[in-house]
Amino acid sequence: MIDHITLDHGSGGRQTHELIRNLFVKKFGMPEPLTDSAILRSQGRSYVFTTDAYVVDPLFFPGGDIGKLAVCGTVNDLAVSGAKPEYIACSFIIEEGFPAEHLVKIVDSMAEEALKAGVRIVAGDTKVVGKGKCDKIFITTSGTGILERGREHISTGTRIKPGDKLIINGPPGNHSIAVLGARNNLSFTTPVISDCASLNHLISGVLDRCNEVHFMRDLTRGGLAGVLNELAEMTGKGITIDEASVPVDEPVKGVCEMLGFDPLYLANEGRMLIVAGNDSESEILSVLKSDPLGRESAVIGEITDAKRYSVVLKTAGGGTRILDMPSGVQLPRIC
Amino acid sequence: MKYIDEYRDKALIMNLVSRISTAANREYKFMEVCGGHTAAIHRFGIPSLLPDYISLISGPGCPVCVTGTDFIDKAVAYSGLEDVIITTFGDLARVPGSSSTLQKQRASGSDIRIVFSSLEALDAARSNPGKKVIFLGIGFETTAPGTAVTVKQAAEEHIDNFFVLSAHKIMPPAMETIAGEGTKLDGFICPGHVAAITGSSMFSFLPEKHNLGCVVAGFEPTDLLHAILMLIEQVNRGEPEVRIQYTRAVTPEGNLVARNNISEVFTLTDAYWRGFGTIPASGLTPGNAYEMFNAENAIPVSIQYHAENRMCICAEILRGLNDPADCPLFAEICSPENPVGACMVSSEGTCNAWYKYKRGR
Repeated sequence: MIDHITLDHGSGGRQTHELIRNLFVKKFGMPEPLTDSAILRSQGRSYVFTTDAYVVDPLFFPGGDIGKLAVCGTVNDLAVSGAKPEYIACSFIIEEGFPAEHLVKIVDSMAEEALKAGVRIVAGDTKVVGKGKCDKIFITTSGTGILERGREHISTGTRIKPGDKLIINGPPGNHSIAVLGARNNLSFTTPVISDCASLNHLISGVLDRCNEVHFMRDLTRGGLAGVLNELAEMTGKGITIDEASVPVDEPVKGVCEMLGFDPLYLANEGRMLIVAGNDSESEILSVLKSDPLGRESAVIGEITDAKRYSVVLKTAGGGTRILDMPSGVQLPRIC
Repeated sequence: MKYIDEYRDKALIMNLVSRISTAANREYKFMEVCGGHTAAIHRFGIPSLLPDYISLISGPGCPVCVTGTDFIDKAVAYSGLEDVIITTFGDLARVPGSSSTLQKQRASGSDIRIVFSSLEALDAARSNPGKKVIFLGIGFETTAPGTAVTVKQAAEEHIDNFFVLSAHKIMPPAMETIAGEGTKLDGFICPGHVAAITGSSMFSFLPEKHNLGCVVAGFEPTDLLHAILMLIEQVNRGEPEVRIQYTRAVTPEGNLVARNNISEVFTLTDAYWRGFGTIPASGLTPGNAYEMFNAENAIPVSIQYHAENRMCICAEILRGLNDPADCPLFAEICSPENPVGACMVSSEGTCNAWYKYKRGR
């Protein structure tokens, strides 16, 4: 057993998974596979239920703030499970002395984002702790939604088959780099804006028109590489990614080169992976591309029949290597 | 992205790969002695592009990996002192000492700060005049000038609470040791950024004394493949020499300002290299007029000697005698989360690169 919790345990990578598996799942008796939202069945209907805490630093960044993040993060966790998000509860832990003006700004953007996403914030709690006992403000949101029949497989990926195509809805890394830039006062010639957005309308557009979505997951902590490794582990299948087809914005590329980050490992708040079955990728792609949140969508790889789980990256230069599960912290407090 | 994409161009890469296949007419074994090269080679999947009979082996190019456990033990001992702030590059935080790591020390309350440059460490000294700020100086000729400039700055400002615990080393003596002990090699891929400081002429002894080819390489896929092609051509001609592939950064004479800073601030000392033992005149310690900045003199601590894990073959890996896959601990017991040896910790370490990019393949 570990002696102390380190920042690595909150990274969303291997150490987080170990902590969840070895402690929470074991003690709470949670069912596998672990997905972003729990699926609850009652009187013939299915519901999804999820919760997430937000500790982003700084609170305000290009393209969003902690309030917007707290709503769209939870909306996305519900939506990628295939559900229609409906209700959200929120709790605030606020540090003594926090400017009321900032709180109003944060709550305004929560209300605005909830309206946009079509969800209602219906319950909450407020705690204030002494100066220095928390960093400005932490927010937790929980949410529920209704899962239509025939969509239960979307969060667990049980229908995934070799040959299925992988799609992302835009370039990864913008959220992380926008937050990093705001935190360290980096100036960019082309501004980097967080991808933070509620994806539920985009997703329902896809699900309403196409029955061949075999899996969805939002690309939060651990980034694309983290989700691909979880998917490979969950399904026991292989994955091949074509590096050249993953869109990455120029300023994000630049910061990554300079600071040694890999965009495939960076956290996003408005990006998701879709696994498309039975040659449905062009249909899904055209639905995605008709929405501003999916304009830069791309097919980036496919499921293979590799005997044991592995994620292989075909590098832009023509080589191959594995794309490993993230380990340790790339950037702390990004969401 | 400009100045990056040109060096990762697929057509150029394929062209170099085919020229390599045409030029190669026997088995070749080249060693890279820069951790940045090790990481780039695996990140870009270079081994998957090369014919089987060209093998690349990694030498002692990762500063964290060649640093002895006693250095971490000393830093851990310092971190336990009441009035000390430790400042370090992030890589060192996870390296296992005999009984603890800096990361664990931090989680249990020691003041340990990750910095991105030695000047940030000096800032910590300025703003904490009541504390002793110790900077863990590590790296080869690439990072040593930065530490030297910081020490000079501290002297100029009369900052008396800034100290350096130095594990800085210079590269040529280690290459000399490898060449001298007869590791079977056809040439060196020489470190591009070390050479940007030292100049490529620093490596002349390798062809002259040991009949080994040297090409100073850059860090992009076309750089590395071009350097491999140049080495193969040298071997085929039977005329080993020092050549610069990384011409956009390296000259024969190097960066004179940086070199002068190193020799002004540091004195050459015998240094312990993991895998090699003590190599004479291979370490850099603040000396001469700057001796008071040497943490080991100013704040003596004692540590106990601990033997390293006997199963761990970091030593053989660093000398190019074994691959990580030969290690009984690799990926089973030793992983980036629970590293046994330093080669697994640093992003420049051979085991780390194999784990991340090549495991099970």
